[in-house]
Amino acid sequence: MSLPSTTTAPSWTEVAGAFPALRQTVNGHPLVYLDSAATSLKPTVVIDAVSEYYRDYPSNVHRSVHTLAGRATEAYEAARARVAGFIGTRAENLVFTHGTTESVNLVANGWARRHLQPGDEILLTPAEHHSNLVPWQQAARATGARLVYAELSPEGHLSMAALRAAFTPRTRLVTVAHVSNVLGTENPIRQVVELAHRHDAVVVVDGAQSVPHLPVSVTELGVDFFAFSGHKMCGPTGIGALYGRPDRLRETDPLLFGGEMIAEVDRERATWADVPYRFEGGTPNVAGAIGLAAAVQFLESVGMQRIAVHSRELAVEAAERLAPLPGAAVYGSLANRQAVVAFNLAGVHPHDVAQVLDSLGIAVRAGHHCAQPLMATLAIQSSARASFYLYNTREDVDRLVDGLREVGRYFGR
Amino acid sequence: MVSAKWGDILGANLDELYREVILDHFQNPRRMGTLPEATHTLGLHNPTCGDKIAVDLQVEDGRVADYRFSGHGCSISMASASMLGDAVVGKPVAQATEVARGFVDFLTNPQSQETPPGDLEALGGVRKFPARVKCATLAHNALMEALAAHGVHAEPH
Repeated sequence: MSLPSTTTAPSWTEVAGAFPALRQTVNGHPLVYLDSAATSLKPTVVIDAVSEYYRDYPSNVHRSVHTLAGRATEAYEAARARVAGFIGTRAENLVFTHGTTESVNLVANGWARRHLQPGDEILLTPAEHHSNLVPWQQAARATGARLVYAELSPEGHLSMAALRAAFTPRTRLVTVAHVSNVLGTENPIRQVVELAHRHDAVVVVDGAQSVPHLPVSVTELGVDFFAFSGHKMCGPTGIGALYGRPDRLRETDPLLFGGEMIAEVDRERATWADVPYRFEGGTPNVAGAIGLAAAVQFLESVGMQRIAVHSRELAVEAAERLAPLPGAAVYGSLANRQAVVAFNLAGVHPHDVAQVLDSLGIAVRAGHHCAQPLMATLAIQSSARASFYLYNTREDVDRLVDGLREVGRYFGR
Repeated sequence: MVSAKWGDILGANLDELYREVILDHFQNPRRMGTLPEATHTLGLHNPTCGDKIAVDLQVEDGRVADYRFSGHGCSISMASASMLGDAVVGKPVAQATEVARGFVDFLTNPQSQETPPGDLEALGGVRKFPARVKCATLAHNALMEALAAHGVHAEPH
């Protein structure tokens, strides 16, 4: 992780001031945005970087010799280097995708389908987001491999004991989220990697909820593949990335065949461009990559360590203040809690919770959070979820708690 | 910055959505349960929240002799399902379908001339909260599909 050099890091007020979406009222109240786990707000520097590309050098990359194309190519490749550096690796190990979903699909289709045999096992947990579950179901169906679940601890966390017990000689691949999008728990990826590699299993990590919030080094974690999205980390929608260890990327098949990804084409066959370009068929999301690099620069200027502490403190405070409210259930424990707090109020459906909060200008998520197996494990249908980020404040937690009192008043009448 | 459509919603009052009669149906649902002798039954999901409502109907001599609903959902979906039972029990099948079709039209068609029967009219506030239309129409769509599956079709709109 790179940290700001000599310049002073901005105050939290200055940070919040960088997000124009916060300068509005919603239903007559100043917006409190507590849905960053779904997607984050965007700072002006990101919006400007995207606009600048479209306004000043809207050219394709890697194709033409003219000046604008050169500038676009340079910006796109500089973005790759910056994003790669942000997660502790080098540009050649980073594939731009449209997001975590595509990244996981690239591994599930490009690597797993090529390497898994009938009877092989994919080890995962019931807490995975659908985007780190459905691709594996499909890969298993296609190869004759099967899914093996390591059950969660009673608190709903990854259990290293259960994981250890679930390994068999057929375990070929282990996949887990770095941070749960419902429970907010940070999983011990290094331990998972150590265990999996001892069994010669490949480790795929869903980093959608960790890269926005924690200093992450894929090299230190030792993972084989690591997927994440730009839009949850202050970047544009439609851009994300897959990190792959160099040897793993070389043994991965491309998903998209066509322009940009080839070395040479004759009438009958083609050869592939080098890694990572062979995985980026078609014109890539140039503006998205440039915007994501601006987001990374912005996050680095604030400091990832500071952001991690800030979001975690707000989430822990929210969890502690929500728990004593009448009828409240807060899911997951405070240990290893990151920026997410999922909760329910007895007798009030999460949709109704979110509706009342919205009338007070507070945006939260309500639903199954694309984690239906986890909902089933927790024996609930759905939940409300407040998630915190660098632009949130303690006043936002106050507004949330007051809002939930209003929900109770509304549905208790 | 805010489009006209969403601007309209900004003027909506929460009390227009959560009318007393709706909360009453939610907290004291009518005809909740299942019918062992159901002639028509159909469950529908609201994919955004995973909620599910199933409608059981007992049709006798071309009339909806009985109605039950089961499942779980928000106040709007549960109240709507509860109100729907009041509105269709005893009615000829075609009329029951018309109640559901008219209610969906009432919520989704800005030019609608429909006035839903009974307590259903209280759900008119949902028109100002488009995200909740799916909740309010879940039981109605289930009833229409259940009857259509046995040859009673909702008029195409």
